[in-house]
Amino acid sequence: MTEKTVIRGGRGGAALADILFRWLSFALAATIVCLFAAFIVILIIEAWPAISAFGLKFPFSSEWNPVSERFGALVPVVGTLLSTTVAMLIALPISFGIAFFLAEISPHWLRGPVGTAIELLAAIPSIVYGMWGLFVIAPLLSGYVEPWIIAHLGYIPIFSGPPMGIGILTAGMVLALMVIPFIAALTRDVFMMTPRNLKEAAYGLGATRFEVVRDVMIPYGKKGIVGAVFLGLGRALGETMAVTFVIGNAHNLSWSLLAPGNSIASMLANEFTEADGVLYTASLIELGLILFVITFIVLGSAQLWLRSGPGGKRR
Amino acid sequence: MNEKDMAVSVNNLDFFYGENQVLFGNSLNIHRNRVTAFIGPSGCGKSTHIRCYNRMFGLYKGQRASGEIIIDGKNVLDPSTPELALRRKVGMIFQKPTPFPMSVFDNIAYGLKLHGVKKRTDLEGRVEKALKGAALWDEVKDLLHKGGTALSGGQQQRLCIARAIAVEPEVILMDEPCSALDPIATARVEELIEDLKNRFTIVIVTHNMQQAARVSDYTAYMYLGRMVEFGATADIFTNPAQKETEDYITGRFG
Repeated sequence: MTEKTVIRGGRGGAALADILFRWLSFALAATIVCLFAAFIVILIIEAWPAISAFGLKFPFSSEWNPVSERFGALVPVVGTLLSTTVAMLIALPISFGIAFFLAEISPHWLRGPVGTAIELLAAIPSIVYGMWGLFVIAPLLSGYVEPWIIAHLGYIPIFSGPPMGIGILTAGMVLALMVIPFIAALTRDVFMMTPRNLKEAAYGLGATRFEVVRDVMIPYGKKGIVGAVFLGLGRALGETMAVTFVIGNAHNLSWSLLAPGNSIASMLANEFTEADGVLYTASLIELGLILFVITFIVLGSAQLWLRSGPGGKRR
Repeated sequence: MNEKDMAVSVNNLDFFYGENQVLFGNSLNIHRNRVTAFIGPSGCGKSTHIRCYNRMFGLYKGQRASGEIIIDGKNVLDPSTPELALRRKVGMIFQKPTPFPMSVFDNIAYGLKLHGVKKRTDLEGRVEKALKGAALWDEVKDLLHKGGTALSGGQQQRLCIARAIAVEPEVILMDEPCSALDPIATARVEELIEDLKNRFTIVIVTHNMQQAARVSDYTAYMYLGRMVEFGATADIFTNPAQKETEDYITGRFG
């Protein structure tokens, strides 16, 4: 009898601990959702003066005039999207190439050092990238690369205008350098997780290395690769300091990638301290809200695409 | 024995992982349209041996083989033998099923497309033929566009067999093809092997001696990288020439 009671007592304690643990972990998970909601609510409240003053025109107006208090988000939104697009166009092929080399081709003794170098690149503070972009990349671009581009491709509107060295293109290139380590390192890890026999099965049918990557390794690691790409994309969209250095900070809407422009994050960093007046501050906060929404849409669509993607879900 | 009856002739095969030699002078002839089983304790070199037949080891640095493996009149180990064409002649099935991350149909069409079959109607015909050949058609004919990974383990393994036979290889290598399957799925794969040997030459590595006795016509017993005994399965299991083989088969060793 006593023995039975003891056992039951022990079980009761364990069950209580289990219930407590369940609620604790639930509460921790709920914190994230609450934080997320609080972010949106506070951004909306703080941005309200601008939202009510400019309404739906705000995202589509290129005006930004603190004196007459007329504000619109078009220039920084376009700048953000363009510089990010340029960055991803440059970064994706290079990152995949690096990842493939490290996972499949590289001799063993080279794998470690190159992998470590890539991880170290990811750890460099963004302001260092920005300074390096301004002092090294920008002069190279304005002195050599951009004159060549203008001479040979200048008839295309996106490559027209004077070689300034700073602008959307430079920002895109510096951003590309910043996201390559992330995407390359994660994609390499995903590639290396492909089961050896799965690759051998494809080689066994007579596939070449390229075919094995394209048809087996990339589809197999699709989820991880998309995750890596979107991590890089998220970093590029929100990057502030490095972009501020090289984007030109000009409130200027131009077709040309060579022209200076502005990005949302860079604009917030530059103007927040000097923003006087309720409407100016509220407009900047609304910019922040827009950046939040853009990031949300980008990540959300990635999730949706993954779920509806061909081949179905992998368990 | 007639030359033409041999699908694979192995002469004096040595194999090295870096400095470490793991196969020592293996020689044997694999009969066409027969099942040859490789048995022996873990690590004796069975898998390493058959992985030479399609030069799979060439993917890894530091692994090399010397000697001679003749398939279809060409020495596989000769660097001038193109490996892509070679691998088409030598299909391979692994311990764990390896469906590609694509639909059932595409899994089988994949190898065909690599070898230049382009027309949709040709592909459909050959995919169906391969699935029927692997005794899988009735189970998956309505699931052709579902992911290959959604099938059960046994079905996945037969899918891999269908994928291998679709490109009409001469030899099919099976590296412990049933060790991840339950007894019923194992029985179906064994039946399939029996059926497939009418069209293909099959080489199977197995840990399961009953399986070797059931499915194979010839058996090779390997130990520590050496070919201890090779002969008709009935002889090996009832009247082995070597004491070592007898000890292994009767369970006194290994």
